[in-house]
Amino acid sequence: MMWKWLHPYANPEISYHFAGKILPWCARLAFIFLAIGMTWALLFAPADYQQGDTFRIFYLHVPAAMLSMGIYLGMAIAALSSLVWQLRLADATAAAMAPIGATFTFIALITGAAWGKPMWGTWWIWDARLTSELILLFLYLGVIALHNAFEDKNLAGKAAGILALVGVINLPIIKYSVEWWNTLHQGATVSKLGQPSMTADMFWPFLVCFIGFSFLVAALICLRFRSEILNRNSMRPWVRELVANEVKAHAV
Amino acid sequence: MNPRRKKRLTIVTSIIIGLGTVAGLVLYALSQNIDLFYKPSEIYNGKQDTGLKAINGQRLRIGGLVVPGSVHRNSESLKVSFKLADMRMPISFSETDPTVTVSYDGILPDLFREGQGIVANGILVNGNVIEASEVLAKHDENYMPRELLDDVDEKPVNSSYSKNLLETTY
Repeated sequence: MMWKWLHPYANPEISYHFAGKILPWCARLAFIFLAIGMTWALLFAPADYQQGDTFRIFYLHVPAAMLSMGIYLGMAIAALSSLVWQLRLADATAAAMAPIGATFTFIALITGAAWGKPMWGTWWIWDARLTSELILLFLYLGVIALHNAFEDKNLAGKAAGILALVGVINLPIIKYSVEWWNTLHQGATVSKLGQPSMTADMFWPFLVCFIGFSFLVAALICLRFRSEILNRNSMRPWVRELVANEVKAHAV
Repeated sequence: MNPRRKKRLTIVTSIIIGLGTVAGLVLYALSQNIDLFYKPSEIYNGKQDTGLKAINGQRLRIGGLVVPGSVHRNSESLKVSFKLADMRMPISFSETDPTVTVSYDGILPDLFREGQGIVANGILVNGNVIEASEVLAKHDENYMPRELLDDVDEKPVNSSYSKNLLETTY
């Protein structure tokens, strides 16, 4: 039953237009949430009792780190459905997500280093959390490289998909590294059962920022997904028609 | 599900389970090396999982809480020494905790204070003294505004010294 409902979305043309429809909404919501969340977080949230204003990097670092793992999970699920059910669009989705995830991983690492220097006293330390997050960046780069390594997109998708699936093992390692081993990185503040380890007036701006970044990620995925579809179907009549209309509209 | 898809699903899942097991075993084998630091009690009793003890002259990292009242600064130089006890949440200290002395010559990180978690990198001498070449502050996962520090019950650091330290020392 679900298959019947999902079936039209296996068609690239329908998916292309569907992604085009939700893209502006995700972008608008991302803008609204991020504008409110960032203003609240950077100007109105109280400073931490020990770290002062330096702690505000939390509002960028934590959503970026959480989303870097979330995007990876999404990409791995897309890769699984591409390998098992051979959905071409799932391949396009995975290819669209990889660079976005890599960027968020990079942001998490850079903001973490910028916070680590004044707070810990070092930019980098080879503890379990930092190292496993760095491995996540390398996994993303490997997936991106494999997607571009083959002329044949199906073959490329298969190779990249296998790497993406193998890399899933890294996700629980990142998440639980701070519990399984002694690390310099602190334990979870917000993503744990029960009460977050911060007060409500610090937590709410975080939640708004996190929702904002999530919508931003959704919008970016839609954007890249659309261009992936166009790339992969550039010889199809519906794409040619689309391009012809676009040219006509701009020529006037 | 048709047989071909079923076959592919079986192959993919068995690859993942196989590699998951391999990764798990490797991490288990490496677990003592993945730990960033020794706890003070582990200097005396050996590592929790393996019982492996550090020997004199070994370079290691030690992580723990700075015992309140144990910080001695040399007024002529940057030399400082302090005692470390095992980290625990919520933070508390008792007389019977095994402690390790750390001596250090250099600038301490901003977050260094009594009752704060730190990680020091240095050489073990005399069984329970670390001559540190690097001291890093370990921040805990608790964040709160300064105003709240005075009126919550579960304070992150013991009230008898925290407020004084926050306002006078820094």
